Amino acid sequence: MTKPLVAIRSVTKNFGEFQALRNVSLDVWPGEVMCLIGASGSGKTTLLRCINQLAAIDAGGIWLDGELLGVREHGGRLHRLNERAIGRQRLKTGMVFQRFNLFPHKTALENVTEGPLQVQGRRSDEVRAEALELLRRVGLSAKAGSYPAQLSGGQQQRVAIARALAMKPMLMLFDEPTSALDPELVGEVLAVMKELAKSGMTMMVVTHELGFAREVADRVVYMDQGAIVEQGRASDVLGAPREERTKAFLSAVI
Amino acid sequence: MKPAPALAEGFPDLSGMRIAREPHWFRWLSAALIVLVLAAIVRAFAGGQIEWSYVGRFLTAKVIIEGIVNTMVMAVLAMALGIFLGIVVAVMRLSPNPVLKTVAAGYTWLFRGTPLILQLLLWFNLALVFPTIGIPGLWSARAVDVMTPFLAALLGLGINQGAYTSEVMRAGMLSVDIGQYEAAQAIGMGRLRALRRIVLPQAMRVVIPPLGNEFIGMVKATSLASVIQYPELLHNAENIYYANSRVIELLIVAGLWYLLVVSVLTPLQMLLERRFARGTLQFGR
Repeated sequence: MTKPLVAIRSVTKNFGEFQALRNVSLDVWPGEVMCLIGASGSGKTTLLRCINQLAAIDAGGIWLDGELLGVREHGGRLHRLNERAIGRQRLKTGMVFQRFNLFPHKTALENVTEGPLQVQGRRSDEVRAEALELLRRVGLSAKAGSYPAQLSGGQQQRVAIARALAMKPMLMLFDEPTSALDPELVGEVLAVMKELAKSGMTMMVVTHELGFAREVADRVVYMDQGAIVEQGRASDVLGAPREERTKAFLSAVI
Repeated sequence: MKPAPALAEGFPDLSGMRIAREPHWFRWLSAALIVLVLAAIVRAFAGGQIEWSYVGRFLTAKVIIEGIVNTMVMAVLAMALGIFLGIVVAVMRLSPNPVLKTVAAGYTWLFRGTPLILQLLLWFNLALVFPTIGIPGLWSARAVDVMTPFLAALLGLGINQGAYTSEVMRAGMLSVDIGQYEAAQAIGMGRLRALRRIVLPQAMRVVIPPLGNEFIGMVKATSLASVIQYPELLHNAENIYYANSRVIELLIVAGLWYLLVVSVLTPLQMLLERRFARGTLQFGR
């Protein structure tokens, strides 16, 4: 019997008065491609950030690969893990940001090798070969020596995907990866993500690209006001939504 | 809708005409006035009670050269101490730990809040407070022997500089996008490693112009150490004019040396800026 790679149980997250996540529970299975859709402020980005521990949850629990994230149970209480332990847990996930967040003072190749060299302390010739292979995979072999400012938005985002993959994560998190791109550059990033999905990577994708969701997602989750409203196969949720709120959202965006 | 017509009539062809150069009479006039005023000042000094031969003779005197060397040694060491303290204090200030934050804020408050010359005098006279210093049971010495003019000047200037530099560094770190911290964390970096590898190199680009400013200030601030007998440029110049009474001549000698050093530092700063500008598109290139 397989276990979910990510198990989210009754997770709540507040920003001051604002409830970003209300009692969210969800499983993500190995190899699954899940697309999270919903209006801005619906909590889908916050959910990704909680899985990557860029935000700490207020209640509930998230298990990744069977390991409880961010806290440790001891004497009937939960204790926050220290920074080192959280950093170790983060290595199992790769994150791709809406605004790329490449390191501007490092070349494309250095962006990709930074984590394996500095954090994992691996051998540089081996890391370099792997990084060049990753850049080839995202179609940027010729740009290894370029700085981010010399690359288009689509190229920067593909470098960012390669940078995340270099850590050999079990789970890839994409936070609106094409929202900051010019329309003609969206396709090249989605193509890389499709190839990645085909290779069997487990992916959670926050996106407004419903075409991508329809084509690639195994499951689509619709969120509103910090809660999961509806989820299911892409063709069901996007083609024949059951909930009124889902219908209203879909008719507004299409 | 009608098809677009050919270009309308009534707008003459200007393609062959050049833009004329304006004469700028006022610029010429004001420049001439300034030259006249400068010439008058030079003439006044040339004919004043200044023995220029003394300036020429003492410009390269051994004691003066030793003074400028001591000035530069002190400026570089105190600035290095200041930058080190500044980075540490800025990191403490931006840490989530309230104890570190308060200590850092207190340090900045104390050393920015009192005059530098007072701090120098306090360090130099530390022996009045603590006749002997040391680690109990391991090592101890008389404070007057330890607190030489050199050490007192280094501590006074460096620790004071650290308080100012910490604010420059903090501004630099705050100028780096929060997404850079997050991207560094996402590839598993801890806070300190992210600061060292990702945030500080980007902050350096922003802080070099103000740090250049601070260093130029430091070169001149070393002259305050003359009050605690540190043999820097001004102190040595003073010693000479106490003996030969050529006050203005020796002050001019010292002034020329300070000007020379600052003139050399400016292009050095440009080189540093270029080094840390990797990967950025800049204005004026």
